[in-house]
This record gives sequence, C-alpha cells and structure tokens, in this order.
Amino acid sequence: MRADEILLSAQDLSVRFGGVLAVNKVSFELRRGEVFTLIGPNGAGKTTVFNLISRIYQPTGGRIDYLGQPLTTVPPHRVAGLGIARTFQNIELFEHATVLQNLLIGRHLRHSRRLWAELLFLPAVREAERQTRRKVEEVIEFLDLQHYRDTLVAGLPYGVRKVVELARALAMEPRLLLLDEPSSGLNAEETGDMAFWIQDIQQLLGITVLMVEHDMSLVSRVSDRVLAMSQGEVLALGTPAEVQAHPGVIEAYLGSADDASSLRRAVA
Amino acid sequence: MQVLQVLIGGVAQGCIYGLIALGFVLIYKATETVSFAQGDLMMLGAFLGLALLSAAGLPFWLTIPSVILAMAAFGALLERLVISPILGQPAFAIVMLTIGIGYVARGAITMIPGIGTETHALEVPYRGALVTFGALVLAVEQLVVIAVTALLCALLYLLFRYSKVGIAMQASSQNQLAAYYMGIPVRRLNGLVWGLASAVAAIAGLLLAPITFVHANMGLIGLKAFPAAVVGGFGSLPGAIVGGALIGVVEALAGFYLPEGFKDITPYAVVLLMLVLRPNGLFGESLRKKV
Amino acid sequence: MRFIFKTSYDQDIALAKHGGHRFWYGLLLLALAAAPWTLDEYWLAQLTFVLIYGIVGLGLMLLAGFTGLFSLGHAAFLGVGAYTEAVLAAQGWPFPLSIAMAALLSAAVGAVVGLPALRVKGIYLGLATLSFAFIVEEGLARWESVTGGNAGKMVGAMQARIGDWGWTVDSAEGFYAVCLLLAITCTLAVLNLLRAPTGRAFVAIRDSEISAQSMGIHLAYYKTLSFAISAALAGIGGALYAHKIRFLSPDQFSVLQSIDLLLMVVIGGPGSVHGAFLGAAFLITMPQLIALVKDGLPAAIGQAPGLQGAVYGLVLIAFVLFEPLGIYGRWVKVRTWLQLFPFYRRGLFKRQKAFQKSDRLK
Repeated sequence: MRADEILLSAQDLSVRFGGVLAVNKVSFELRRGEVFTLIGPNGAGKTTVFNLISRIYQPTGGRIDYLGQPLTTVPPHRVAGLGIARTFQNIELFEHATVLQNLLIGRHLRHSRRLWAELLFLPAVREAERQTRRKVEEVIEFLDLQHYRDTLVAGLPYGVRKVVELARALAMEPRLLLLDEPSSGLNAEETGDMAFWIQDIQQLLGITVLMVEHDMSLVSRVSDRVLAMSQGEVLALGTPAEVQAHPGVIEAYLGSADDASSLRRAVA
Repeated sequence: MQVLQVLIGGVAQGCIYGLIALGFVLIYKATETVSFAQGDLMMLGAFLGLALLSAAGLPFWLTIPSVILAMAAFGALLERLVISPILGQPAFAIVMLTIGIGYVARGAITMIPGIGTETHALEVPYRGALVTFGALVLAVEQLVVIAVTALLCALLYLLFRYSKVGIAMQASSQNQLAAYYMGIPVRRLNGLVWGLASAVAAIAGLLLAPITFVHANMGLIGLKAFPAAVVGGFGSLPGAIVGGALIGVVEALAGFYLPEGFKDITPYAVVLLMLVLRPNGLFGESLRKKV
Repeated sequence: MRFIFKTSYDQDIALAKHGGHRFWYGLLLLALAAAPWTLDEYWLAQLTFVLIYGIVGLGLMLLAGFTGLFSLGHAAFLGVGAYTEAVLAAQGWPFPLSIAMAALLSAAVGAVVGLPALRVKGIYLGLATLSFAFIVEEGLARWESVTGGNAGKMVGAMQARIGDWGWTVDSAEGFYAVCLLLAITCTLAVLNLLRAPTGRAFVAIRDSEISAQSMGIHLAYYKTLSFAISAALAGIGGALYAHKIRFLSPDQFSVLQSIDLLLMVVIGGPGSVHGAFLGAAFLITMPQLIALVKDGLPAAIGQAPGLQGAVYGLVLIAFVLFEPLGIYGRWVKVRTWLQLFPFYRRGLFKRQKAFQKSDRLK
C-alpha cells in the first residue's frame, strides 16, 4: 500500500435521528499513515461520525468506503476484523477485569476459536495463549502500564484508564485507530505523554490515526490534517494552521464579535 | 352471553394482576429495582385483613383503611431497613433480596400455629352476592375489583399529574446523585414509594381474598403479574393495568376455548410474543446508551 | 504472606498458580476420592447431591455470574436433562450415551431459550427465561406419553450394558464415583473455558457489550453459546439427579427449584467457580442444620412447617446485605486476613457504593 493511498473515505455521509440531522453531508478522505483530527464544538457530530464508522449507527445517506470496499454493509462485530479499532469518549473498559485481561480481550480476533479445543485446553490453545500474552506485553511496555498489569480497572484513576483504553485498542493491531477525545480529563503532563504516544503510534507502528479532539495544542502538535465540523456539517478542511485561521471556525468556537458584546456586563 | 361473563371474569382477574404489577412499576419507576415481593406483600395484607375482621372483630369499614395504612407503614419500614442499604448494587442482588423477603413472609405466615397452613374466607359484606343484568349474572366481588382498580388508577393519576412527587420519582430513578443535589429527599421518596406499593398490594389482597380465599401461597399469583408489567411496559403505570387486564382476558379466553393446561401458560406465551414484537411493552420507552 | 514471583507466562495460564494451590486441591481430591470408605451412607448420599447441584450451579454461574445473563428458569434445563435420561435409560441406552444425549438436548433447549437474550437485557431477559421455564414445565406435565405427566416417572438404575457385558451402577459408591468424575470433568472444562478466549468474551459481554462488539466479539454467538453450555451442564446434573431421586415428577422442576438454584449461586459467591460448589453445599446442608437446631427451639417455632422457608429467606437477605460476595467471598477475606496478619486493613474489600444510575442506559 502506497503512503498516499486512501484508507477510508466518507462521501456525503448523513445520519438523522428522529427530527435531528446529526451529520449532514460530511465528506473527507483519510490517507494511509496520517493523523487526521476532527474538531468542533460540542454537538457538532464528531463522535457520531465515529459511531457511523464503527457501525454502531446506520447512516441515512451517503457512503463510507474502507480500503475500497463499502463499510455500510458490514455488521458491527466485523469492523474489528477489518483492522479498525477505537476508544470511547466515556471509557468503556471492562470494569471487573484486570488491565491484563482487558488487553487480552483486545486480541480476541487474532486467534481462531474452536470450542472443543478450548474445553480440553489442548497444547495448541496453550501455545496461542502464550503468543497472545507476548503480544500484549509488547503493548504494556509501549505504554508503560507494567505497574497496573494485575489491577482491577475499577480501582484505577481516570488518567490511567484512558491509557488502558488506548492500550486495548492497540492490542488489536489495527490499521486504523479511532481515538475519541484522548486527552480529555488529562493534565498537561499526561497530555504531553499522549502526544508522544500518538506520534510513536504513527511513526513506529505505522498506524493511521483518526482523532476527535478539543485540545488545540495537542491537535497542532500531532495532526497532519484537520477537519472542522459544526452542527453536523463540514466547516473547513486543511492543515492545523489553515483551519485555525479559518473565520468560520473561529466563529463556531468563539462566536462573532457581536455575540460577545451582548454578553458583556454593563459597568455599574 | 357466557363469553361476556368469561370476559368480565378475566378483566377482574386481570385487574388483580394489574394492581400487583402497578406495585412493581411504581417501585421500578422510582428506584429501578424489580421487587419480587409484591405478591407476598399482597398475601400479608389479606391475612392482616383476616386478623382484624374475623379475629379482632372490627367492622368492615374500619378494617379496610387500617389494613392499607398498616401495610403502607410496613412497606416503608421494609424499605428503610432492608432495601436502602443495598441500593446501588447490581440489579441481580436486589432481586434476590426481594425474593428472600418473599420467602420470609411466606414462611412466617405458615409458622403461625393453626392459621398459617389453612385456607380462610374473608367475611366481606358482599361475599357471594350476585347481580343480574338481564341474562347476565355477575359476581359482585368481580365488579368490586374492577371498580376499585379504576378508582385507584384515577387517584394515582391525579397524584402524579398534579403533584411534584411523580417528577421527583423519575428524577431519582435516573440519577440519584443529581436528584440529591437538586434537593429531592431521595430516601424519604423511596420510603414513600415502597409504602405506596405495599398499600396497593394490600388493596389487591383484600380484593382477591373473597375470590380465591386467604392462604399462605396466594402470593404466587404475583408471578403472573410480571407478564402484565412486561406487556404494559415496565416504566408505565397505566401500562401495568392495561397489561394486567389484557393478560387476564387472554387467560380467561384460553381457559374457555383451549384444552386444559393451556390456560396456565398463556400469560407466558404472551410475554414471549411481546418480547419478540415490542420488547419495551405497549407503553414502555426505548432508551439506548450513547457512547 | 505469599509473593508469587512470575518467571513465565505459563504460570499465569496454568490453573494451579503455586505450590499451595496444588497441595490443597490435591488434598481435596484425595479426600473426595476416599469418601466412599470414610463416610457413612447418609453423608455419602448428601455429598453426591452436593456434586450434582454443584454441576448445575456451575452452569448457572457461567451464565449469570460470568456472562451477566439473568436466568430465572434454570430448573427447566434440569428437567429436560432428567426426563431425557429417564426415557433413554428405560430404553436401555448405556449411561455415557444417555447423559451425552441429555446434555445435547438441554443445550438445544438452552439455545432456544437464549434467543430473547439477543434482543432484551436485564430483568426482561429474566422474565423471558421465567416464561420459558413455565412453558417447559407445563409441557413436561402434558406430554404424558413420554414423561408420564403429573403421575410421575420411575427411573431405573444407571447402567452401561450391551447384552450381558457391562456395568450396572447399583451401589451408592459406584454412583458417587460417576458423579465425582463428571463433576471434576465439568469443573475442569469450565475452568479451561474461562482462561481461553471464549471465557474472556463472556466476561466482556457482561461488563460492556458495546466495547465487546467493537473488539470483534459476535454478541449473538457468544450469548447463545453461554446459554447452551449452561443448559448442557444443567442437563448433565439433571440426568444424575434422575438416577439419584429415582422418581421424577414435573413439580420438582418448578419455579421454586429455579429460585433455589439462584439462591445457591448468590449465597455461594457470584462470579467464582468455587461459589457454585459452596452454594451447593449450603443448599444441601441447610436443612440438616435446621433439623439439628429445631429441637433446641421452642415448639411453636421449631415444629412449624414454614420454618425452613423463613430461614432460607433470612439467610439470603443476610448474605445480600452483608456479604454480597457470598461464602467464597467471606473465605477470601478470612484467608487474606490470615495472610496479611497483622496488617489486614478493613477497607481492603470495601464495596464502592455507587449512587444509583439508570440501569436502562448501561
């Protein structure tokens, strides 16, 4: 696959919930190996686009193509098999399992499952378990989670949980990684670590990253291209600097000068 | 004509199911817990009525409110002692707890020497009375059931429509912490709801007693009330009654037209059909988590 | 205080994690194997019941404790297994085949009962399983040609014969040996499953269905599988139960039996394999304990017929209120106290008291 080949493309993607048009004719193309960020105010439809790609929602219009094949006919549990992994905005970890078990579940698709072999725990199953464990340890080392390996997720602080969520997605060895607000709830130092990790994921692991993010400094640091959304529609598409200077984007985030003046309190 | 009589009998029986289901739904709406103890609370109400009416010899018009108030207090006490410590635990645990309460209630009543193991008749003034509408002969007991159920529903509707209690209940069921912050007295509300549900169960018991007699296992009818709640939709108060009436009618018709043995399983067949066609019941709401 | 120094992945994968495990479980196995010689007939019979209920509890634990699927009608699978065994044994099938058949048939019924699980969750699923259980119970009662209906059905001795050659299990010791062998096999199978991808998929479904799906776990397949395996285990238990009880009637598999099974799982310790057997032990020994204590109580309480039910209810309430992790949980706490002495902190096992949030949005 050449470096500039299109991995995922959305054309006129739309989804309607009852009377609300959550996503309205959104189009973009994702090139292999890039870090592509979706930005926009809350309610812009960014996570909805993610949910459309993960096939949790069905689009009411438009199409999504992945590696040239339509994605909209794929059932949700087959998305992982295509090499798409995601993290969730409100962490969806398996609370009553340890970090290690969470990561092991991430490797679910990587070995064939035969019920009788597992019931008898044949040597082939044991060897597959060792292989899985080896791979998971690589991810643990990459993200420095050794300390938390045997801790139940329910007892972990928020920042660590976000990292475990990332680790679980990486354990799937995906081609495309969907990160939903990776730095929300993290302090400056943790955000810095996250930026380094995203860069490592892109450069060392060769994974394409599609990200939703609010922290503009993180976006500027790691993104190759940015798509700004508002009210379900595309506002601007380009490099981080181009999009941040776009007047429509500034207005969507901050409001125009007129709006601001109406909020100013009169001096007593 | 016979069909009409069967139908009315079915509606009356269905109202009983509906009343018990009403109790479940009240508790579910307020605390998102499912209580398997409603049937046995009904049984306790019936026995209390028996004790006051026959043993203590109180007049009928005094017994009824006394039983209702006493059971309401008992329900509130039960909530305070046993249910509130475990709110927040997984639903499974709470269901098992209410099953345990049912066991204790049944066992305790059975243990009462002499009375517990026997079947008794509740001496209501209209016992055995019949009323005739032309060719139609109806038992007054059944008509009383239907009338009281309708009255109760009207009262509850007024309570929830025109008072703050209904909104407060729904708020506390969806997010208890936020409800606390808004100043809703969640603990008192839970006690109130359980008291109300127990009072409704007591009324159901007093209504059912003339029809099926009072005995320790009468609470097992509670299991038929679950299909009523499922059909109506677990979050809906009118749904409970409608569901109950539906189940009662279907059961009565099945008993009339189908061979023996089908009558008992029709409520459950209806449940399965409902879960396939409309999992949220007739009036329930469909909610999905947003990730 | 035991520190396990891990040097290979196999140590995590293996069932016995360290020498202590191997020692104590080995001892347990020896004690169980020696039981026919050390215990008298009455206690051997009780132990056999514990093993039988343990196998059923294992199935229910897998379904409710590990996959998070609520089943209020498990006695139906017990009944299917029991009647299958009764019918096939009467036709002369050798017991390994008839027990296998009972397991398969129960698994098929389990897969059917599990169909609602694909659409509904939580209490609705519980009520769907309850409804199925009622229908199955009624079906067993009505299908008189096969099951003997409400009049009941006699069950012959367990045997595996072809002509004159074979083995008839007509002694208590022989039957105990068969039960023990099956219990060990089933336990090992379930433990193997739990340390393999399938078991992890079950746990994933319990904790977060949406993210399990995004990991590629096919929800419908695994939920149906969980129901099928759980029902198969109940079927095996039912087949053994048929031979132990010798006389079957449909009311033995009513909703009260289902609730007893759930009681077993909750009191034993939800979410642990030990819990299934501890719960079974509790269920069998409780009546004995009540009988022992009965004579010491005043006649009004001691001789009352409702005592057993009331005590069961009180114990269940007590466990849910004070010890939600069940008997196994209490044992883990005691063991930790002994291991950490004198550094045991009371807050080690403190439940996170979560303010209640709407379950419908989970």
